[in-house]
Amino acid sequence: MVQVRHSEQSRTVTAGCGGEVDGISPRAMSSASFAGPRSDVVLDLTPDVTLADRQRMAGQDMRESVGLWRLSWTLAWLDIKLRYRGSTLGPFWLTLSTAAMVGALGLLNSVLFKMEIHSYLPFLALSLVLWGFIGTLVQDACVCFTGAEGMIRSVRLPFSLYATRVVLRNLMVLAHNVVVVVVVYIALDTWPGTRAVLAVPAFAIWLVDGLALSILLGAFCARFRDIPPIVGSIMQMAFFVSGVIYKPSQLGAHEWLLDLNPFFSILEIVRGPLMGVIPSSSTYLSAVAYSLVICIVTWLLFARVRGRIAFWI
Amino acid sequence: MSAKIEATDVSVDFPLYHGNARSLKRTVMSSVSGRMGSDAKNRIVVQALRNVSFKLGSGDRLGLVGGNGAGKTTLLRTLAGIYEPVQGRVRVQGTLNALLDPNLGMNVDLTGRENIALRGLYTGLDARAIARLEEDVRDFAQLGDFLDLPVRIYSSGMVVRLGFALATAIRPQVLLMDEWFLAGDAAFMEKARARLEDMVRGAEILILSSHLTDIILDWCSRVIWMDQGRIIADGEPAAVLERYLGHPVRAPEPDATETVTAA
Repeated sequence: MVQVRHSEQSRTVTAGCGGEVDGISPRAMSSASFAGPRSDVVLDLTPDVTLADRQRMAGQDMRESVGLWRLSWTLAWLDIKLRYRGSTLGPFWLTLSTAAMVGALGLLNSVLFKMEIHSYLPFLALSLVLWGFIGTLVQDACVCFTGAEGMIRSVRLPFSLYATRVVLRNLMVLAHNVVVVVVVYIALDTWPGTRAVLAVPAFAIWLVDGLALSILLGAFCARFRDIPPIVGSIMQMAFFVSGVIYKPSQLGAHEWLLDLNPFFSILEIVRGPLMGVIPSSSTYLSAVAYSLVICIVTWLLFARVRGRIAFWI
Repeated sequence: MSAKIEATDVSVDFPLYHGNARSLKRTVMSSVSGRMGSDAKNRIVVQALRNVSFKLGSGDRLGLVGGNGAGKTTLLRTLAGIYEPVQGRVRVQGTLNALLDPNLGMNVDLTGRENIALRGLYTGLDARAIARLEEDVRDFAQLGDFLDLPVRIYSSGMVVRLGFALATAIRPQVLLMDEWFLAGDAAFMEKARARLEDMVRGAEILILSSHLTDIILDWCSRVIWMDQGRIIADGEPAAVLERYLGHPVRAPEPDATETVTAA
């Protein structure tokens, strides 16, 4: 979000508006006044010394951001709206560009890898759309806090709210891109069948991971400014080694190596079922284990640095 | 529950992380000499607040004075919960509105209406209250059809009107105010002043950071003079201001004080 401050003009203090206070007649202001709930709003801040204190504050932060879901949703939606304001197609440009990408890569790769396009195109469309979600989410996570500098410095809001905003924004983008997958599935009549239901719990894991990564990378990137480019190059590498544009079976005897790659296993638990394939138990194990690691590391880090993020941005 | 503020021995350190530590160190050394220190891990920090303590109850109006970089804005941000203390304790009881930046969260690419809705959501208002907020701000800022156009194309006067109308639409129990609110063109100021004073009267506790002696004398019942993050003096406005400015100040106009404290 672009924050513009007009401090120059704000500082030009109007002379002569100091003294004449007797000029205030008790003029009735417009009747509308917006007091928040008057009840028991208490802000009590101490340097949290014990780990338990810190965890309690981190938990409270997350609970508060759940209560502010309408704000996260609006912020995410406005992010999307802003990006495409003034264009005729709006966010459907996303759909179009994804469709063009899928079409071009599909034709190219089916020739390069001598794949039969009928089975390759649905795979590629689904892979690219899902990877697009992961890739953009990770990139956005890096600027989760630094990008909201203006807000963080002017009002106390739970920090996990900014993570929710990143995840929701990417979810909205995904919703636009999924259209491409559906069109390909319809055109080639390749429905995955009932196994696709398994993608639902897997996608829930994605959302939790997405929130955790946004907090983790957001905090790291606020503290160490050289992390975002590093993350960028890792993601580029991950795109090629995670079986996004080729099928895992094409690796032949080396296929088992993919389960060591967190990007592959996490991608596969959603992609597999949507292709009508149930991922192997080692893939599930790997995905769940990596997710647990991400969540635990994030929780510990967030508990530790939550109070410091405002100083870092 | 009535509003209350307690700051007990509050210290806030700013870590300096970015850029070349050495040269940054030298730069900062020269500008804030005497306030540099390093924390337990030998990071360079600026001690923005040092052992600040005070208590305020319902009806108190506190003025903060001090030179640039004395820690006034940091103190306001700490009371607003934006910065958390590294030492001591901050306890604020009651709804709080901090007018620190006139364009708080305002996004110039969004329309006026969208910005109003966002501000309502920050405060946790429901849809009905946001509709009333919109009405209130529209009437006061007199933006007409511009309300549905991006803030980017507003004249600077319109931006100030919108920012001001938004900031003053939400009435808190505890009001923290930086001195920016005295901006704006003269014609607008008269109208703005009435609205601002109305809000100040409505708040149970006011903390105001300002360089304007007259405003402080008229509005405040207590003044804290800060320098280099410490409280130098704390007491009667006239007495503290005389020490701070080094010359006698006029006595507050009796009727004015009445208007302010009567609320």
